[in-house]
Amino acid sequence: MCLAVPGKVIAIAEPDGADASPLLRTGTVDFGGVTKEVNMAYVPDAKMGDYVVVHVGFAISVMDENEANQVFEYLRQMDEAGDLAPDRSPTA
Amino acid sequence: MRFVDEYRSSADAQRLAARIADVVRSDWTIMEVCGGQTHSIVRFGLDQMLPEQITLVHGPGCPVCVTPLEMIDRAIAIASRPEVIFCSFGDMLRVPGSSQDLMSAKASGADVRMVYSPLDAVELARANPDREVVFFAVGFETTAPANAGAVEMARVQNLRNFSVLVSHVLVPPAITAILSSPDCRVNGFLAAGHVCTITGCLEYEPIAAQYRVPIVVTGFEPVDILQGVLMCVEQLERRRHTVENQYARSVRREGNPAAMAMIGKVMEVTDRTWRGIGAIPMSGLRLRDAYADFDAERKFDVGSITAQESPDCISGLVLQGLRRPNQCAAFGTMCTPEHPLGATMVSSEGACAAYYRYRRTPAAGAAQPTHAGHQP
Ligand code: SF4
Repeated sequence: MCLAVPGKVIAIAEPDGADASPLLRTGTVDFGGVTKEVNMAYVPDAKMGDYVVVHVGFAISVMDENEANQVFEYLRQMDEAGDLAPDRSPTA
Repeated sequence: MRFVDEYRSSADAQRLAARIADVVRSDWTIMEVCGGQTHSIVRFGLDQMLPEQITLVHGPGCPVCVTPLEMIDRAIAIASRPEVIFCSFGDMLRVPGSSQDLMSAKASGADVRMVYSPLDAVELARANPDREVVFFAVGFETTAPANAGAVEMARVQNLRNFSVLVSHVLVPPAITAILSSPDCRVNGFLAAGHVCTITGCLEYEPIAAQYRVPIVVTGFEPVDILQGVLMCVEQLERRRHTVENQYARSVRREGNPAAMAMIGKVMEVTDRTWRGIGAIPMSGLRLRDAYADFDAERKFDVGSITAQESPDCISGLVLQGLRRPNQCAAFGTMCTPEHPLGATMVSSEGACAAYYRYRRTPAAGAAQPTHAGHQP
């Protein structure tokens, strides 16, 4: 139920008027070819082209590209350090 | 899909599993809190990739599974009223109540509708001013901003015919309840990445310190989960117990301030009963008094409905990581996804349903964890 899926922001509609509720901020998000209208109230900093994590119609975070690469960076360093022979198979 | 597919690389998953085998020295039991993680672990067979020293146990993190029986009965009582359009996430519709589920109430004439977002229910209320639209607001912290936002949206639009039946639960009090149990054998936790996307990591720090358990905030894909296990094992082997964040691509230490502000505006912390587990103090959310007009329990006066759980189902023990689903006598025989006895057999994130779907039956020896001696 906490399933949330990342998608790319391809349009943002800001609410009209200074006193409009921030809840009216919406966007269009592309999930690998399928687009959906998404509420953007909780990602005030999200820009066009960002990837957002969407849960039950609301974007809940903006994906951080640097952080996203950390695990692959870790694996690369592990290989370089020779900690792990590439042909090593899992134990179980 | 970007940010998903690359975390499903089986080569990378195997390298992380091999790294875990290199690092581990002692026996450790690690609980993944979230049902979405349970689903991934069983689906991709991640537990079978781990060295025998490590036992994964499944936690209480499926909101569908822990929504109390009496809340299901209250939902059915409300849904059965002729003026009501009752809206719910799809996975709540087949959760067994005392005598029926929402799907069978619908078959007997109740207007029950599955919605993708609580905002769809708000829209239904706007489009049907002569009907009462009720949304079943269940979930963890992940879902609370959406459900609180829907209530606020109805208030802003002055929709008097919209209300919510709230049964929200919070993760940290459940972790504390599990750790306080004398039967607890969990050495470390994988915390739920999407819950912490909303709340951040700070609430977990006192728990890690007090109970001396590492807590690693973890994502949902195979590479995420195995890296979470690796980080947890590295801490355990060094006798460390801090909160670490594996899922930093989505989780900021302070969480999502805008989402937390909306929860705080609309909802407040309350005691909550968890199905199969029992009452846990300060473990849920309810509407604040300022939003009482949107509270379906008051509007339809169903607060007095109470219910008793069937004695055959051991889902409470499953939800606390004390039993595996296939250790239940009813598993796969009396209890199947078509005829569930307990809520953990309904949702795809329920441990019993995940075991059933991916054939972890006691008979299917090959699909058993290879380290059967480590079962709780
Ligand atoms: S298999 Fe069915 S009866 Fe047994 S614990 Fe799971 S839900 Fe309950």
